[in-house]
Amino acid sequence: MITALVIENLSLQRGERVLFSGLSARVEGGEAVALTGANGAGKTSLLRAVAGLFAPRAGTISFEGTADADEARRMGVHLLGHQDGLKAGRTAREELIFAARWSGASGEAALGAAERLGLTRQLDLETRRLSAGQRRRLALARLIAAPRALWLLDEPLAPLDRAGRVLLGEIMGDHVERGGLILAAVHDPLPIASRTVEIGA
Amino acid sequence: MRALSALFGRELALAWGRGGGPLLAVGFLAAVTTLMPLALGPAPGPLEAVAAGVTWVALALASLLTLDRMFERDFEDGALDLLALGPLPLEAVAAVKCLAQWLVNGAPLALAAPLAAIALGAPVRAAPIIVGVSALGGIAFAFLGGTGAALALASRRGGVLVAVIVLPLIIPPVIFGGAAVSAFEAGLPWTTGAMLLCAYALGAVGLTPFAMAGACRNALS
Repeated sequence: MITALVIENLSLQRGERVLFSGLSARVEGGEAVALTGANGAGKTSLLRAVAGLFAPRAGTISFEGTADADEARRMGVHLLGHQDGLKAGRTAREELIFAARWSGASGEAALGAAERLGLTRQLDLETRRLSAGQRRRLALARLIAAPRALWLLDEPLAPLDRAGRVLLGEIMGDHVERGGLILAAVHDPLPIASRTVEIGA
Repeated sequence: MRALSALFGRELALAWGRGGGPLLAVGFLAAVTTLMPLALGPAPGPLEAVAAGVTWVALALASLLTLDRMFERDFEDGALDLLALGPLPLEAVAAVKCLAQWLVNGAPLALAAPLAAIALGAPVRAAPIIVGVSALGGIAFAFLGGTGAALALASRRGGVLVAVIVLPLIIPPVIFGGAAVSAFEAGLPWTTGAMLLCAYALGAVGLTPFAMAGACRNALS
């Protein structure tokens, strides 16, 4: 299990443009860290680089507690991006059960997660019938359907209503309490975050 | 195992829903083989001579119809991120996708192909070999088509690119399969063509997942 995320002297580049350079940060187990910065500063790219989907220009990203970074990413990382990857023609139940089983959990865990997110009544709807907030709740349900240590959240609060934000706060609190790690790109303050890393400052 | 079966089930469902599932490909095959006699005239001679060959080419093109969106949807809606962060490497994900594509489109085509060929005048005794060649060739087409679809990710005019990449790659299996069927019909030894087709299909299954995974990683970053 991942016990810490270590970013050292990281530089990211998109096309010709250098997003930022020389970034060092650490996220310990049981800690949530907020990632802030202007639009286009490179928050999403940083999260994708941590997830191993985007190659850094320089610097290193490593995980403590596991021997192999690829292994850590494959079994230890949840990435919740702007796009939720939900298929329009499939039901919420199908998508959630797939996500749970794909991450090594059982279908029952997925249904428990749906209940926690208040989606029980929407489970048999096709995802195209869900509102933006409900889709986000469904994407969040994937986080708790299969336990993984490091959560990389890209503006997780964005389409949620007030009750949804409170719920997300609780879910993140539970995760951190169990020793999980959270790195969340946000524009609004994130109450649970113990520290803030600002990029492009 | 759980992840693999979950992925396979989902890919089958998605392939079934993509572009009308097997209906589009089988419909294309049926359309070509019904139009052919209308264009060539009703005399059985010329039709019989080309029956198996026309069916085989129509099948090759039909199996390419539905695969240009194989990776594109997942790429556009973010599902590819989810798949990249799973327990299976992207190579395995790509292979499962192609296999599902083959089961949903290639297998029905292989079953429809002898009907189409016989309707055009091919001998009934050629039916088993047409099924076999179509099934084997379908595997090669699915994996090669998947490679084209993955390489065209994140590029504008992806559809044209898929065709340009894939068409040269499917020429050898079309030749091998066609040779096997026509040799069989003429009563000549036909196994060479079938073996070459088999080797080509195996090569495609073994090699293209690496190309597809590399292309997906490239598109994601």
